[in-house]
Amino acid sequence: MLAVGKREGGNVPALALGDRPSRMTLSTYLYRRPRLVLVLLLLPPALWLGVIYLGSLGALLVQSLFHIDDFSGQLVTRPGIETLARLFSPTAREVISRTALAATIVTVLCALLGFPLAYYMARYAGHRMKAVCYIAVMLPLWSNYLVRVTAWRLILAKEGVASWFAAKTGLSGMLEFFLGLPGIGGPSLSSSALGTVITFVYIWLPYMILPIQAALERVPRSLVDASSDLGARPTATFWRVILPLAIPGIAAGSIFTFSLTLGDYIIPNLIGTSRPFIGQIVYQAQGTAGDIPFAAAFALVPIAIMAIYLMLVKRLGAFDAL
Amino acid sequence: MSQMDQAVGFHDVSRHYGQVKAVDRVSFTIAQGEFFAMLGPSGSGKTTCLRLIAGFEQPSAGDVFIQGKSVRGVPPYDRDVNTVFQDYALFPHMTVLQNVSYGLMIRKVPAAERKKQAEAMLEMVALPGYGERKPSQLSGGQRQRVALARALVNHPTVLLLDEPLGALDLKLREQMQVELKAIQRRVGVTFVYVTHDQGEALSMSDRVAVFNNGRIEQIASPKQLYEEPATPFVAGFVGISNLIDAQTAARITGQPGPCAIRPEKVHLGPQGAGVAPERICADGAVETVLYLGAATRYDIALHQGGRISALMQNRERHFDPQPGMTVTVSWDRQHVLRFG
Repeated sequence: MLAVGKREGGNVPALALGDRPSRMTLSTYLYRRPRLVLVLLLLPPALWLGVIYLGSLGALLVQSLFHIDDFSGQLVTRPGIETLARLFSPTAREVISRTALAATIVTVLCALLGFPLAYYMARYAGHRMKAVCYIAVMLPLWSNYLVRVTAWRLILAKEGVASWFAAKTGLSGMLEFFLGLPGIGGPSLSSSALGTVITFVYIWLPYMILPIQAALERVPRSLVDASSDLGARPTATFWRVILPLAIPGIAAGSIFTFSLTLGDYIIPNLIGTSRPFIGQIVYQAQGTAGDIPFAAAFALVPIAIMAIYLMLVKRLGAFDAL
Repeated sequence: MSQMDQAVGFHDVSRHYGQVKAVDRVSFTIAQGEFFAMLGPSGSGKTTCLRLIAGFEQPSAGDVFIQGKSVRGVPPYDRDVNTVFQDYALFPHMTVLQNVSYGLMIRKVPAAERKKQAEAMLEMVALPGYGERKPSQLSGGQRQRVALARALVNHPTVLLLDEPLGALDLKLREQMQVELKAIQRRVGVTFVYVTHDQGEALSMSDRVAVFNNGRIEQIASPKQLYEEPATPFVAGFVGISNLIDAQTAARITGQPGPCAIRPEKVHLGPQGAGVAPERICADGAVETVLYLGAATRYDIALHQGGRISALMQNRERHFDPQPGMTVTVSWDRQHVLRFG
């Protein structure tokens, strides 16, 4: 090693070149193999998604082709459509349409409530105010889901905060009117479809606000100026420029609120009527009823509905502006 | 200029943001059909002036006039002016044709008629048959033309252009300069053109307003601006100038007060070479030599203090100064720029 002791002079001797192979570090090795880096990067998520996620979906599909023998109560693993056919029974169809309708209503309400706040956050709020809004929107997500749902059960109960507030503000008549409506009413908010929807909207609202806010944030100020410059009044600018460009965000948010409502079994279990949602049927079938094939078949329903929903949304051009 | 010939008038206009005076008591008028450039470094107030005309900003004090009428409190959508934005601001969810006919649609022009007008306008900006494309499928230069067509299709009394060529590469920029000027001549609309590029301002405009720190330093024709800059700032910003401070000027020229000389007006010769007596001359050492292709720029440290740049055309020359060499610089007295 000729080089030893000569470095302080600032001229690194030619032998340094010869040092190269021994100084080949891991980063240099990886730098020269970008494909390997990509493989290493994607392997864990690919394994997770491919095996655990898609694998369990496949297992669901396979399970739904089995059925329980009516006579013996034994699981029959010969593939068939007996179990899937049960999804078309009147009771199952009623559960499916009830859940889908609730998911639609929750999604529409979330969009209507979420848009103004998202719009304010994206267009008007200053740095500080925006941070406050972010925290306010996300704060509920920091606490336990069950705790929040149980809290709503208390709020909406017959002797709860909601009815107390209605009584104090003289709105009891209105509350009575809503609870008296057929289909959505009931003895109290916590045991009515209305209460289920209120809780769903509360729980999923952040998932609607944030995508809309992100979409609006990406609309450059100059597009609004340009529309105004070309003669459009603020309302025309809203309908023709701002809203169309917010649609991808609304679509993204609706995917969250819609699918989360479709699959949830805790909220309709704790708040609302005794008429079950899809999630509750799945829960009962795989639990007390011990009918795994039927649970699997029912679990496929939200997936099928979401696939149809996404196709519709895409057909309507919601992602064209992306 | 009578009120009727005025496309735009600024009367003592200020625009403040808190303590910052973006535009500070500015007054000027722009004639009907004029190509008027607002030139200045970033933050000099030129874009704010443009936005004051468009109506995106309201003056803190003073009045803006369009066609002789005050537009105080008039929102952008009620003003007969249109803007070509710096980022083009094309609507990404609409086709090119929908973009161009947007203004006509808002004014409820029948669909067939607005399609005809929009297509004619696309023809004029040399983009026929591009109507069905989306803005994302166009190049920067093409987007720029669509933005121009979208504004001009409304036949505004004034067209505002906010650094429209800023995002284009040099060749395209030069080509668009020629085209913009030709289009302006054809349609006869008043163009108000904001730029920080002095070359652009000089080559296209009838008159140029030079902005600095929210005020106008000078309004003049391009030639006048270059030949007779009113202030040291203009002399430095429009073209390159050798600014000579008062002390050095007194030593070299014998006359008090700061002055300036353009590098291309400075002659470079061997030390001690004969110089005509009416010329001002000084000795100095060559510091750097920058070969620019058509010309070479020499930076010289004068023995009497100060630095001077000389630009020499690269024609047949026998004198080839090198760094370190002592040379004599000289210039004609009448080329000296003095500031009132």
